[in-house]
Amino acid sequence: MFCFVSNTYEMKTFAALIKTLDSTNKTTVKVTALADYLKVANDADKVWTIAILSHRRPPRPVNTTLLRAWASELANIPLWLFEESYHIVGDLAETIALVVPSTASSSKKSLTQFLKEMIALKSKTDTEKKAYLFENWNALDYYGRFVFTKLITGSFRIGVSQKLMTRALAKATGLDEDVLAYKLMGNWDPNTISFQKLILEENKSDYLSKPYPFYLAYAIENDVEDLGDVSQWSAEHKWDGIRSQVILRNNELFVWSRGEELVTDKYPEFEKFVGIIPNGTVIDGEILPYPKNQIGTFNDLQKRIGRKTVSKSLLEKVPVILKAYDLLEWEGVDIRNKPFSERRKLLTALYREIHTAKSNLENQIPLHLSETMHFTTWNDLTRERERSREARSEGLMLKRKDSPYLVGRKKGDWWKWKVDPLTIDAVLTYAMRGHGRRSNLFTDYTFALWQENEEGKKELVTFAKAYSGLTDAEFRKVDAWIKKNTLERFGPVRSVKPHHVFEIAFEGIALSKRHKSGVATRFPRILRWRHDKKIEDANAIQDLKELILAETPKAIETKDSSKNIIE
Amino acid sequence: MEKPLLAFTNKGIYCSAAKVYLDPWKPVDNAIITHGHADHSRWGNNRYITHHRNVPIITHRLGEIEVSGREWGETFTINGVQFSLHPAGHIIGSSQVRVEYKGEVWVFTGDYKTENDGISTPFEPLKCHTFITECTFGLPAFKWVPQDEVFSAINEWWAQNRSEGKTSVLFGYSLGKAQRLLKYLDTDIGKIYTHGAIENMTEVLRPLVDFPETSRITPETKKEALLGNIVLAPPSAHGSSWIRKMVPYETASASGWMTFRGARRRRAIDKGFVLSDHCDWQGLIESITATSAEKIICTHGYSDIFSRYLREQGYDARTEETQYEGELAELNSTKEEITSTN
Ligand SMILES: [Zn+2]
Ligand SMILES: [Zn+2]
Repeated sequence: MFCFVSNTYEMKTFAALIKTLDSTNKTTVKVTALADYLKVANDADKVWTIAILSHRRPPRPVNTTLLRAWASELANIPLWLFEESYHIVGDLAETIALVVPSTASSSKKSLTQFLKEMIALKSKTDTEKKAYLFENWNALDYYGRFVFTKLITGSFRIGVSQKLMTRALAKATGLDEDVLAYKLMGNWDPNTISFQKLILEENKSDYLSKPYPFYLAYAIENDVEDLGDVSQWSAEHKWDGIRSQVILRNNELFVWSRGEELVTDKYPEFEKFVGIIPNGTVIDGEILPYPKNQIGTFNDLQKRIGRKTVSKSLLEKVPVILKAYDLLEWEGVDIRNKPFSERRKLLTALYREIHTAKSNLENQIPLHLSETMHFTTWNDLTRERERSREARSEGLMLKRKDSPYLVGRKKGDWWKWKVDPLTIDAVLTYAMRGHGRRSNLFTDYTFALWQENEEGKKELVTFAKAYSGLTDAEFRKVDAWIKKNTLERFGPVRSVKPHHVFEIAFEGIALSKRHKSGVATRFPRILRWRHDKKIEDANAIQDLKELILAETPKAIETKDSSKNIIE
Repeated sequence: MEKPLLAFTNKGIYCSAAKVYLDPWKPVDNAIITHGHADHSRWGNNRYITHHRNVPIITHRLGEIEVSGREWGETFTINGVQFSLHPAGHIIGSSQVRVEYKGEVWVFTGDYKTENDGISTPFEPLKCHTFITECTFGLPAFKWVPQDEVFSAINEWWAQNRSEGKTSVLFGYSLGKAQRLLKYLDTDIGKIYTHGAIENMTEVLRPLVDFPETSRITPETKKEALLGNIVLAPPSAHGSSWIRKMVPYETASASGWMTFRGARRRRAIDKGFVLSDHCDWQGLIESITATSAEKIICTHGYSDIFSRYLREQGYDARTEETQYEGELAELNSTKEEITSTN
């Protein structure tokens, strides 16, 4: 349980909150701890706490190269040893907090003071930065040091969702959860905004750019027929792009991604909506790449995601469109409580008006409708789902026709029904240690497929990395085998005798010049250990390429890769 | 070139001059055994030599074996090679093995820790030329806090759960960790219940150490009787129906791995206490310094990293692959015990 042992204005109290949030899996305990904290903390600390837990941290004042160098200096260990430790711990702030010598906490500063100092630190000299870090690492205990360093390096991943936070905030303030969720959306600066203004005050003009919280669907668990009367349901494709809200208010355009990032500048195509789509409109949709007038792969979209400014040639090569799913605001009115079928009617009417008002505008106004399907039985839908990949979608979305647009991830009215993953049998060729508890085990694997080389001989070519999908017992078995069958060591990586075959599943594939295999896979993971197969039975690169042809006849060659695509 | 006094073979660490293996992983004629964990004391050897406090442990685990127990520091000579056992502080009866031949001294640690846990005979550093050390936790990230602090946190956790009307389920492997926890649980808070595997092992050790009273959980034990009390269980019982029947309960694990925030979360355990029967980073460095050894051989754990660090510090250090598995083996061994004693 969370208890206040120290002055509530000290960083210690915030660190204790983070520790409580981090050391329980129980939502109710988290909500209570956060609500208790929000009741007693001062207003500035409250705003910062909300900001930090919703990933709004100040810009990083010190780069991680310097952090590593200085931490290893203070810990009196060589840099390589720090790096090895970091590799095993898996989190930079945690590694620093662990290796730096321990002290009892003597710091009396508040969370807000720490953050103001960090903001000011950015423009200081390296000497001043180093002195600041040493002083504070020495003045905080282990957990305080961890939290302090985490504030400098990045966001907290401690299982506090937006939903959990609004629940706690509602508990602490007595305000409505959905209203709070709306208030917290969008751009606000914790350094300048007051708790009063952010949470308590009602202020219309602040809402000009604000998106609505996204409604997210759960994956369908049981037989689709369990959803009951098929006529009560609407179905459309689940597109594989960036879920977004496009807002038109007061002759201004705002594009928000699901990660609550304002991405208006990244997609200048949508500026065309201004003046065409009426003010007081909010559309929920998916940003999709649309090269050569057809839907591209996620790999294409990656080229746009990473860029802050978009060059003219990239705009021509990988233009984007908005596939519209839903209408959330119409004529300046929040219509989320209307049934889905009515919202869709308005959306369709809007779409038709735009595209009939001026002839042949589809190519110029990048607004497309995510078409709803015609079906009369669950069987019809099952067949549609199987054809998803041909349409470049991930599967189907099922929405109850009378459903309102809810806040966050809720069960019941909306379901995603993804296609089964693609699978291939591959040979284990390299292994690396895992992180945390698995750091003693080799659990990060590289897999290869067969290919004929120039002399016509078959050789294994790397195609994917995966580190999830086996049970602990299986990982232990593979680990023991790896330790006994290591061929060579390259730092933390070991090459192993090609011997074991695993079935690898992935969500998508595309041709890629960046990859040795010529193919990039999306979200590869281990499906099962094929004890029954010998390495000769594993698949070839050619089989993978044929999967591309079979599943996505319009595959487009790409050069780029991304964090979702293995190297 | 002369043969090394101890060599790493496919059966284990071998002293060819004496024709004796230390903690072999394949069956051999003569085995000197450091301690009772399954990866260090395997089944199938013809003759076992170990510390006499380890004799009841390995006979409990391995059944009918030919075993002779020795005293701390007692020298026994085999083919002119002098052997003696010295406390390793890892678990009850755990030893380091000192081997001396023609003036050359090697020490093999088995598993060890430098903190005095109050139930194992405390670790004693020995001077030697070559030191074979485990390095399960050979990373600077591992720093143990004194066990008194850990035990007061454990007892506080138990008291808190009791005040909420819940059963506390505390995981620790059945040989070593379970008894160390048992020794320091505060019986003023409530009663201590044990899983069969832990109770059996504790019974074997009661003649050697004074432990608090425990009650074995049987199919007849009522769930209500456990409320507010603590249950000591092997880690492999986590997630089993045996545990699930105890609702409402809170789970905790006591292990060196709990250093990592991710470890507790990944195992879906409510609370993690950092408590290990191995050396932390500082403990390893201090022990090595105390031996005055020039040659260091690093076995299980972060041996590659640790030996590289030692080489930079001027030691002649290298890694040898063994089939010892550190704390993980100890987790596995409890699994066998559960199936055989439940
Ligand atoms: Zn052991
Ligand atoms: Zn061991």
